[in-house]
Amino acid sequence: MSTHINITDLRQQQPRFRGLESGHRACLGCGEALAARLVTEAAGPDVMVANATGCLEIFTTPWPESAWRIPWLHSLFENAGAIASGMEAALKAQKKSTKVLAFGGDGGTFDIGFQALSGMLERGHNVLYVCFDNEAYMNTGIQRSSSTPHAAMTTTSPPGKTRMGKRHLKKDIVSIVAAHHIPYAATSSVAYPSDIRKKVRRAMAIDGPTFLQIHCPCPLGWGHEGDESIEIARLAVQTGLYPMIELERGGLAGAMPLRHPKPVTDYLKQQQRFRHLFNDDLRAKEELEHIQAIADHNIEIYGLHGAGRDAFDSEGMDTVRRGGLRWA
Amino acid sequence: MLQPLEGSQAIAHAVALCRPQVVAAYPITPQTHIVENISKLVADGQFECEFVSVESEFSAASVVLGAAMAGSRAYTASASQGIFLMYEVLFNISGLRVPLVMTCANRAVSSPLSIWNDQQDSMSVRDAGWIQLYCADNQEAVDATVQAFRIAERCELPVMVCMDGFTLTHTLEGIDIPEQNQVDNFLPPYHFSRTLDPKNPISVGTLISPDFYSEARHSHHQALLQAQDEIIAADRDWAKVVGRESGGLLTIEGDPDAKVAILSIGSVIGTLRASLEHFAPTTPVKLIKLRSFRPFPVKALMTICQGLTDLIVLERAISPGSAGGIVGLEVLAALTKMENTPRIHNVAAGLGGRDIPLDIVPRLLNILTAENYQEFSIFDVELDRLPPEDR
Repeated sequence: MSTHINITDLRQQQPRFRGLESGHRACLGCGEALAARLVTEAAGPDVMVANATGCLEIFTTPWPESAWRIPWLHSLFENAGAIASGMEAALKAQKKSTKVLAFGGDGGTFDIGFQALSGMLERGHNVLYVCFDNEAYMNTGIQRSSSTPHAAMTTTSPPGKTRMGKRHLKKDIVSIVAAHHIPYAATSSVAYPSDIRKKVRRAMAIDGPTFLQIHCPCPLGWGHEGDESIEIARLAVQTGLYPMIELERGGLAGAMPLRHPKPVTDYLKQQQRFRHLFNDDLRAKEELEHIQAIADHNIEIYGLHGAGRDAFDSEGMDTVRRGGLRWA
Repeated sequence: MLQPLEGSQAIAHAVALCRPQVVAAYPITPQTHIVENISKLVADGQFECEFVSVESEFSAASVVLGAAMAGSRAYTASASQGIFLMYEVLFNISGLRVPLVMTCANRAVSSPLSIWNDQQDSMSVRDAGWIQLYCADNQEAVDATVQAFRIAERCELPVMVCMDGFTLTHTLEGIDIPEQNQVDNFLPPYHFSRTLDPKNPISVGTLISPDFYSEARHSHHQALLQAQDEIIAADRDWAKVVGRESGGLLTIEGDPDAKVAILSIGSVIGTLRASLEHFAPTTPVKLIKLRSFRPFPVKALMTICQGLTDLIVLERAISPGSAGGIVGLEVLAALTKMENTPRIHNVAAGLGGRDIPLDIVPRLLNILTAENYQEFSIFDVELDRLPPEDR
């Protein structure tokens, strides 16, 4: 008896679908590459991607090679939201259920692609927009974006006699996105894969615009070793500098509690982009206090203080738990 | 059957007959009536499509690109500043070889701000890699719209149908709107070879190294040149359906023995015809109506310019600081290959909506007998209104 084997079907029947394959050209320890793999795994094969210009686009598709196993279109830097809108409109007209994903970095989302994103959200397109937030223009060589955190050093926000790195605050994009009163907007971090999966699945189930902002360390841009990416990303969450929140129709619907909020210096001192804050300069001390105040503010407004040991708090999530949740 | 329709209204009907599944547009004068009419057809249930009211022309172009890649026929319309805001996307669409149709309701560009007609907008994006067809009247614009979808989808190239703002878009004329079955027979359902499909995933819009970039550009260039055959074929085949031609790449009319010709583009052709009727010229004159500006029909132009001594090129855009106008330089470059190249007199007129007068032909012919040969001039500029240093 002969059996016809269709490779495409077989691949799609694998217990674990991979949307982004190995073999791409991301740097060692790239948070964005890992996050993109996690997102596409959770989203599954019946998707279509509009990808903004950026590292993710460049390192995955040096022609004639591609690391994607899902239909993928890169058009321009600032139009991922609009391209995704068009794809969704077409699929809707064709009565197809394929979900459209839009991928952009923080530059393509917070800055240059912001208008297209806002239009997409306002018009209610059924698109999951994922922002891989590595807090600067890394593809062009580490320039500050409106996502770059306060006081961070980039090539266009260097510290010097009259400056202590970036002078301005990180834009609160998720609140701005949520202000469109879309069904679901959330932040996540590459340090918490199960949190990413949970939030992607949640967004995939919603018929309407959804937004996921994922904190992705960039070893080259942040100044740390590639094997420290996950640890540093965890510290961003555990200090309160990167609150993991969920917003429904503009209202806060969930936040990952912090078991023991850590001092922000634990996070900052591991990265070269903040090294100018660790010297005897009085201004450096002031900036550190300022950054601690930002973290404290986040903890307060999002109610991040945990109520004891919790399997899904900043320490419990994504840790190995032998024996199930008993020892959480 | 002829119906009294405004140009924009007629275009909206023509677009609906072509059954695009996605229309995205942002309002801009003088394109607004087109999208308003399309919106009304959609609202009344006479035109089934996803109408995406975008937040900018940049997104309008991006939405139709995304839609075409996802497997739907798509349409947009714009003008002037809107075309310029799309600039980056226009190159992207054509470079990806995506079939799309856009109406450009030709308008001057700012600054100084002008909402009136000339062709500086589409002429300034001539290098964007799109096919550009210019329409002399509203019937031509309707027919070109239907043809444009077939040309775009057969050549895998985007097509810009250029119609003069106000002069055509806001003018009421008797228009024959084709029947739905005529369009359906002429225009098969949308098919694009690189449609994105989860069952057969492909990556589109990748980074390309210097090893391949030149080849990609060459292919694009060749595709545009070869599109000349499809433009001719579409016009010929559509003529079999509706019994009228729009003029393929270009057409020539008037006294076959004339040694002098006036070449122009767009609705000014109608003014030139009227002028010839009202003011019988002292010397016989031919009219050349250039319909396809991209691809530029070099061979066809050379053929019809055989035997001419003088060619007046009248256009509604300029390239400031160059040797002349945009169409004029293109014609000059094309005809230098001829054995007896006619003397080319390049004239820009009607910029920013200034009326082109009915006595245009006799006034243009005066150029031929002027003492000094001028390669280029702005025909209707009133120099005495300018400070001396600008004259």
